[in-house]
Amino acid sequence: MGALLEVESLTTEFVTRGGVVRAVDGVSWDVKEGETVALVGESGCGKSVSALSVMRLVAGPEGRIVAGRVVFKGRDLLALSDEEMRRIRGREITMIFQEPMTSLNPVLSIGRQLTEGLEIHLAMTPRAARRRAAELLTTVGIPDPERRLAQYPHQFSGGMRQRMMIAMALACDPSLILADEPTTALDVTIQAQILELMKDLSRRLGVAMLIITHNLGVVARYADRVNVMYAGRIVERATARELYANPRHPYTLGLLHSVPRLDEPRRARLAPIEGQPPDLTRLPAGCAFAPRCAFSVERCARERPGLVPVGAGGHVSACWEATRLGRAPAMR
Amino acid sequence: MTAERPLLEIRNLTKHFRVGGGLFGGTAGVVRAVDGVSFVIRRGETLGLVGESGCGKTTTGRCILRLERPTSGAILFEGRDLATLNDEELRAVRRRMQVIFQDPYSSLNPRMTVGQIIAEPLAVHRIVSDPAKRGARVRELLGHVGLLPQHARRYPHQLSGGQRQRVGIARALAMEPTLIVCDEPVSALDVSIQAQIINLLEDLQREFGLTYLFVAHDLSVVRHISDRVAVMYLGKIVELADRKALYDEPLHPYTRALLSAVPIPDPELEARREHIVLGGEVPSPLNPPSGCVFHPRCPIAIDRCRAVIPELREVKPGHWAACILA
Repeated sequence: MGALLEVESLTTEFVTRGGVVRAVDGVSWDVKEGETVALVGESGCGKSVSALSVMRLVAGPEGRIVAGRVVFKGRDLLALSDEEMRRIRGREITMIFQEPMTSLNPVLSIGRQLTEGLEIHLAMTPRAARRRAAELLTTVGIPDPERRLAQYPHQFSGGMRQRMMIAMALACDPSLILADEPTTALDVTIQAQILELMKDLSRRLGVAMLIITHNLGVVARYADRVNVMYAGRIVERATARELYANPRHPYTLGLLHSVPRLDEPRRARLAPIEGQPPDLTRLPAGCAFAPRCAFSVERCARERPGLVPVGAGGHVSACWEATRLGRAPAMR
Repeated sequence: MTAERPLLEIRNLTKHFRVGGGLFGGTAGVVRAVDGVSFVIRRGETLGLVGESGCGKTTTGRCILRLERPTSGAILFEGRDLATLNDEELRAVRRRMQVIFQDPYSSLNPRMTVGQIIAEPLAVHRIVSDPAKRGARVRELLGHVGLLPQHARRYPHQLSGGQRQRVGIARALAMEPTLIVCDEPVSALDVSIQAQIINLLEDLQREFGLTYLFVAHDLSVVRHISDRVAVMYLGKIVELADRKALYDEPLHPYTRALLSAVPIPDPELEARREHIVLGGEVPSPLNPPSGCVFHPRCPIAIDRCRAVIPELREVKPGHWAACILA
């Protein structure tokens, strides 16, 4: 399958009191048609800013995309006029946010929030839009759609609001959905419901998805390929199976080993990643992870490693010691 | 159960909140946030209290700390009922029960330095009256939680999330407590930092003989840190057992569903694994279902579950479950 979205050398900066922060630092990744790709990392790694950059929703004047290309269906989104971009945003590419309550309009009915996009993007009549809105609620598993359409977001539970966000994201038959921590605010049993729903929809409707999360379990459950981000850069990329079976970046390894797992015997002690998350205004010259890395060598402080192939299926890692890691026995 | 008196004993605790009827006041109803909860915590152990939002786990912790006044029931700390203590006695007991909150940022005063934050309780409770000695004690406490003496001069906003949580822990330790209620202490932290804080809590427990009530929603973390685990649903304990028994042989269908809902970071395993996805959502505690509160979502419920309120009973030695089918 061909690439639906190709992000090339994307760089997004923010002006802060502490100096210019390069939140996204020359990253490249892609999403193929119908595929689910994950961007994984911790707070401040640039995963959300990556998605906002694709949508051209980086808030100025502090934030600015300074370099790169975002090629969607052969067109560079960064070169489009605002008007052209509006026709893509919310129609061909849509977004699901972490906190559905803050991303829904509290004074508009559920029905109006669903029909607005349909009327604007697809030029539907109010009646047709209403019919489609009811269908959408059924698709995402909200019972009694007619009554629900007349209600307001505060009358919905957290899980129902997230279903509603998914319905809005699906409304105009997009080819790509960017989901930013779609289940982080939800309880674990509701998280399971929403993940099953998203998985089912992507399979049934063939829509491609970019899922942004810090939860490695969520990624394992439903991503095809994974990009691991640290300090604004991608440090490792692989198919989900390859990444978990054969991690080749010390940060990925550290993340996998620092979380207790229900399927394994309980360990006497957890193996955390030592040190603190990086300060983006004062990144080291070499590898940003080197100060916390158990495998770092002298070269890591001086020279920044680029992504190089380390395994099958496009597996790449940005680590000078990636080959040594491959030979290291699992650290469990 | 051992003959030794437990450090903390909760008997039939209930906490009801009245909710207003909107614009015109009045009472629309009563939320049964905690509805007849009983358990003990033994000296030196960690009891995990898990459940989803609104299940009453945090309110239970707050009742123990006397941050909420229970509607009914008894809380016995070292055998003494907290409700019978006078103000002075209560102050002395509360010193020995401390709390670590989820969000270290909103629980630290932004205008105080780390040193002032940790020194304040030492002065207020006259634990260390001499200001010079207080400074030394603050440095010692910083050392216990893995911070450096120079961190005392910093303000909370100058620290990372993990460092702030360490300050919160140092402040709790300053009171030389026996029991610490840890209310979601790692859920606001990044994954790579969570393990650091969990290891620290374990080290401190060993070093100072601490007892923890560990309130959390993350079942993997609770399994790691707890000796025994209680699962709450809609204000009630539905299962309580030793860690191993609870995770290896859960008896309550809700516990089984919770465990199955936790995604495991292994794609091959996830593809093979059977997931119990519960339908519906947690009902409103304003109007809980009849009989077993879990029956509307329960995959194995029978007719009788709608009528009979299941008692929390000892199904196997030390393994309690509130399910008539267990």
